[in-house]
Amino acid sequence: MDNPKHGMTLIVKTITRLTVGLILLFGIYIVSHGHVSPGGGFAGGVIIALSFIHILLAFGKEVALKRISYNVASFFESLGAIMFITLALLGIGSGYFLLNFISKGEPFRLFSSGLIPLYNVAISFKVGAGLFIIFVILVTFRLTKKDDRE
Amino acid sequence: MLELQILLVFMIIGAIVAVKTKDLLSAVIAVGTVGLGLSVAFLILKAPDLAIAQLVVEILVVIILIRATIRKDLPFSTSGRWFFNTFVVFVFLIVFLIFGYICMKDLPKFGEPIMKVAQSFLNNGLKDTGATNLVSSIVLDYRAYDTLGEATILFTAVIGVLAVMRKVGRKK
Repeated sequence: MDNPKHGMTLIVKTITRLTVGLILLFGIYIVSHGHVSPGGGFAGGVIIALSFIHILLAFGKEVALKRISYNVASFFESLGAIMFITLALLGIGSGYFLLNFISKGEPFRLFSSGLIPLYNVAISFKVGAGLFIIFVILVTFRLTKKDDRE
Repeated sequence: MLELQILLVFMIIGAIVAVKTKDLLSAVIAVGTVGLGLSVAFLILKAPDLAIAQLVVEILVVIILIRATIRKDLPFSTSGRWFFNTFVVFVFLIVFLIFGYICMKDLPKFGEPIMKVAQSFLNNGLKDTGATNLVSSIVLDYRAYDTLGEATILFTAVIGVLAVMRKVGRKK
């Protein structure tokens, strides 16, 4: 992980090592409390993607892609899509498409409001992995050809 | 509403700076300030969901803009035809202001929508869905088809970026 040839300086690497876990945790908090407080699947997914982008910017491409490789990100994006569609199709069994069929529970609790937290998790998988893939493609694919990154 | 108008003037100044600076990095940073002002404006208008999403997406977009485009030698031409450019800018500005005045006259007043369905969501949202965040209950329960379309848009965006930037199949 400590290859001084790649990435930024030692100061940036140390700060990144301290903060990147907190950023990931905050993203997970935003996702899991999306039905109680402001936030939700989209914003939380973008924060999760930003934590991995933070690693990529500070340590270079190799370390970040060792943490979450291209295939793993692709798998998570597909998993989010399939999870959303499956949850939506399950509603047909007791009514109509996208029906919130399980019990609503008590308000202001973490496990409440039926299927909405699960939808949030599916969207966060999709958004986080998708934006990370877009970033990796846009930043690294063209630069590797001329080999002019630092 | 005074602080909102100050923010709007700040955002307009940031946008003009972003267009007018010669340096590409300064222009990107000015775009970032416009997004930050928009986020604070959403917060003043009591829409914290939108503020969070705007701030986070703005950070991502600014990082992508800096990393993906700043190294390329983009052609940047300001010389020549300044009279024609200025003339076109003023004509379009006047047309935009006239049509904006005509359109905005017929809009309902701020905070008093015509649609009555929003009030019904406010009244029944907690009972119907059990979610205390009403935005979440609308996005993922009442209007979940829109979220499905949004997920499809993101999927299509990833496929499009991959198809344009991939190495396999590119010439030379």
